[in-house]
Amino acid sequence: MASNIKIKTKISGDLVEIKSLMIHPMETGSRKDPETGALVPQHHITQLTFTHNDQVALVANLSTAISKNPYFSYKFRGAKAGDVLKVSWVDSKGGTDELETVLK
Amino acid sequence: MRKAAAVLGVIVAALLVQQNALAGPEEDRLAFVAYFESRFPEIPFAQFANGIYAIDSDARKQWLEIEEFPPYEFAVERGNELWHKALPDGQMLADCFAAELPDIRGQFPRFDVASGEVITLEVAINDCRIEHNQPSLAYDSSEMIDLTAYLAFEARGTKVDIRVPEDQAGALAAYESGKRFYYSKRGQLNFACADCHVASAGQWVRADRLSASIGHTTHFPVYRSKLGGMISLQKRFAGCIRDVRAKPFELQSTQYRNLEYFLSYMSNGLEWNGPGARK
Repeated sequence: MASNIKIKTKISGDLVEIKSLMIHPMETGSRKDPETGALVPQHHITQLTFTHNDQVALVANLSTAISKNPYFSYKFRGAKAGDVLKVSWVDSKGGTDELETVLK
Repeated sequence: MRKAAAVLGVIVAALLVQQNALAGPEEDRLAFVAYFESRFPEIPFAQFANGIYAIDSDARKQWLEIEEFPPYEFAVERGNELWHKALPDGQMLADCFAAELPDIRGQFPRFDVASGEVITLEVAINDCRIEHNQPSLAYDSSEMIDLTAYLAFEARGTKVDIRVPEDQAGALAAYESGKRFYYSKRGQLNFACADCHVASAGQWVRADRLSASIGHTTHFPVYRSKLGGMISLQKRFAGCIRDVRAKPFELQSTQYRNLEYFLSYMSNGLEWNGPGARK
């Protein structure tokens, strides 16, 4: 089963760049259904967490400004090959997803 | 310069629409290529497959960033699973296509003598499903898009080589019908495809820069950032036609299939480079 999150990593020197792409409708709650005219209920990622070897590296509190299928990247120093990186999210309906990868 | 380009565009358009027994698809294509090469002399021929990103350097930078982590990868993965899933009778979709995986996408569009119509990849996929007693997929369904995205990805690097065989009655008529559609004005705005994508290629319409028609068909389906999802070539036809305030035709209608046939022939020699990412 294909995952709904992808991670790509790039190491240059001691700097690691982690890029992730995730599938999520990211509904703001303000959009109207084009056919019925009713408001499409809010449904977006509220918290995005990146961990590095079980330590939280970054937490992002997302809101209605992030659009569908978000792409997120960040860089940090001090990672090396073999480290475990994880991205996980929680959304406004309580849904979750996560993906783990080993840095090469 | 713009006026000269517009005049050149009109001359080329007139040459192409001319009912001349000597002018066939290959002459049309060479005139088409010559026109765009004269309009954009600094662009290598192969780069036309990248549409507006061959012409606009700022847009190209943004596109290259997106291509580092292409949003169409999800569709390609789902398409891979669908393609390799056996149909309920145990057969595979691949069995309907007499070609290796990289060569399947490039077989289409082609003229089918038996039905007297142009067959596109999407129609061929549905024909296969019907043959195996499966319901057709809607042409804008995610399954159809995922399948064509996967086949497009596998075809990367192969060359566009559409044929209009002289010995297949009806092939030339279908091609000419597509060509006529392309050059015909339509809608409240009274635009032909050629008005924007030949005469005004590289110019701005509101906040968008118009792409050149050469290379239009090499990179579909595309992930559109605007939609947060994938669209097919013919869905894009429908969008453009709606934009000139004409009523769009149905997906895989005769008109769109003939248009796809003509436009695909015009891109012969370029590489298939789908799926693409566009704004």
